[in-house]
Amino acid sequence: MASLGIQNVVKSYGVVPVVRNVSIDVADGEFVVLVGPSGCGKSTLLRMIAGLEMLNSGKITIGSRDVSGLPAKSRDIAMVFQNYALYPHMTVAENMSFSLRLKNVPQEEINRRTERASKILGLDKLLDRRPGQLSGGQRQRVAMGRAIVRDPQVFLFDEPLSNLDAKLRVQMRTEIKELHQRLRTTTVYVTHDQIEAMTMADRIVVLHDGIVEQIGSPLELYDRPANQFVAGFIGSPAMNFIKGHVDASGQTFVAETGAEIALKDTPREVHGRTVTLGIRPEHFVLDAQNGLASQVIVVEPTGAEMQIICQFAGQPVTAVFHERLNVRPDDVIKLAPKPEAIHLFDAATGVALR
Amino acid sequence: MSSLTTSPKRRSDLTIGRIGLYAFLISAALFFLLPLFVMLLTSVKPMEEIRNGNLLAFPNVFTLQPWVKAWTQACTGLKCEGIQVGFWNSWFILIPSVILSIAAGALNGYALSFWKIRGAEILFAILMLGAFVPYQVYIFPLVQITSKLGLFNTLPGIVVVHTIFGLPVMTLLFRNFYVSVPRDLFSAARVDGCGFLRIFWSVMLPMSTPIIVVAAILQTTGIWNDFILGLVFAGRENWPMTVQLNNVINSTQGEREYNVQMAATILTALVPMLVYFLSGRYFVRGIAAGAVKG
Repeated sequence: MASLGIQNVVKSYGVVPVVRNVSIDVADGEFVVLVGPSGCGKSTLLRMIAGLEMLNSGKITIGSRDVSGLPAKSRDIAMVFQNYALYPHMTVAENMSFSLRLKNVPQEEINRRTERASKILGLDKLLDRRPGQLSGGQRQRVAMGRAIVRDPQVFLFDEPLSNLDAKLRVQMRTEIKELHQRLRTTTVYVTHDQIEAMTMADRIVVLHDGIVEQIGSPLELYDRPANQFVAGFIGSPAMNFIKGHVDASGQTFVAETGAEIALKDTPREVHGRTVTLGIRPEHFVLDAQNGLASQVIVVEPTGAEMQIICQFAGQPVTAVFHERLNVRPDDVIKLAPKPEAIHLFDAATGVALR
Repeated sequence: MSSLTTSPKRRSDLTIGRIGLYAFLISAALFFLLPLFVMLLTSVKPMEEIRNGNLLAFPNVFTLQPWVKAWTQACTGLKCEGIQVGFWNSWFILIPSVILSIAAGALNGYALSFWKIRGAEILFAILMLGAFVPYQVYIFPLVQITSKLGLFNTLPGIVVVHTIFGLPVMTLLFRNFYVSVPRDLFSAARVDGCGFLRIFWSVMLPMSTPIIVVAAILQTTGIWNDFILGLVFAGRENWPMTVQLNNVINSTQGEREYNVQMAATILTALVPMLVYFLSGRYFVRGIAAGAVKG
């Protein structure tokens, strides 16, 4: 186990920049999730850590070793791939022990490690099967087993759950998290699914267009997004954004339609400024006196909560309520955002103003 | 219920068009089988019956003597040791040529499967055309090259020539197969500690069984049936069975022994015929694999 350092890493394919000057420090034993929309450079970054892609400039360190120029096999990392990438002609046991056999590890040691990994993952009864005879979840476990037997310094996961069905995905998510708590191996995990990121990560790195938008714990990112992109990307259903400006007193936000929303404790710099207001769906309340009259468009009950999409301050927004409301489409409800939960972003740059 | 639904369907299966189709297929099969039938009949008749003339008549006296003679005594030029010499020569040429051309084609195809430049598909199509250039164009330069290298008229010489001529098709066959292997498998093997050649040997080759079978069928039938390359490059001592067969049929003193000639011909055709019969499915798949994504 070791810490992992990514310093000023730059990568481009021809003239197309993919990763632009990214720096991330991952502590020993930490579980870090790289998340972002497709094409943000997260997989490329992971492959550079693995040594499958070379850097244009910058430095990657594992522990105190600079591994930037080393090939994949010399970096002491293990990687789990999206489509499992199991060797179809080898049994489960052979798949798991392939790297050890390449290193001429003694057979006893190979057996011991394979046995341990297969016990951890519940694969002991499947060791003689071939990948073609396994279900998706089992294949994913074998891919993880292949990583575990090597006892590497860093685990790398490249969207490992995206080929599984929804139920299995939730189950494997928990298993990977448990595995990490048990082995405490430094882990970098790439996903485009912000829920995976939120539930698994010690820290999340939000990437967008090859740059780091924000690094922080899941709740930090949720409660204090650094900019509008992070605010919109983290959280489901996504945060609602409303364009407008803050009045000179700083007490009220005025939407483009003229609708007014009360603010609280705004910093001086935003007074009178053109901004985008952000409010999460769960931070709306029904307020018969101060709420804005909003016409309901769609009602989506999920059982645990109710999502109501309605016309608020001139645009459709999503509001989530945990109590069951007797609301139908075309009803008019009085909706107000909790003032303390309102985010303000610069209208031009998207930077959070607080 | 099921009988109710299937019986009208079955009746409609046997339309006039169907009957016509089967009639055509059967007559076509008869047409193409007839020569083989005549050859088999002739090869088991004594010469007196053949001289009497009816090609399609069944033998009055059944004899395997022509087969024995074709195998052990038929004259190929001055020597009269039978077609068996050519049979073994053909194997000596075939085995190393098949192994070498497949090995070289697989390695070549593996390397080229990583080559993802713009216009690569066009380049591979041009490479494929290499397989269609008439042999005659190459023969003179190849004779010069092999004789400069001291390989002309030797067994290694003909093996090298067969390997070279097999390369375009073999390379493309394997390249198209390896291109369809998920790239993550290479990445996984690299992370596991394999280098370029180790991935080929430990991961790619073991996965290639179906395509190796196809390649082996194509090469075996192609090399066994070759005449001109064997005649030019192998040298008198190593002439393959096809060349020897030609000599058997052309070197006649006195009477033409049709029964011996027919037996020798069937013996020569036996190996590719067996390959076709035993591997029909793979053979068709191989032709398709080579053709679809050229």
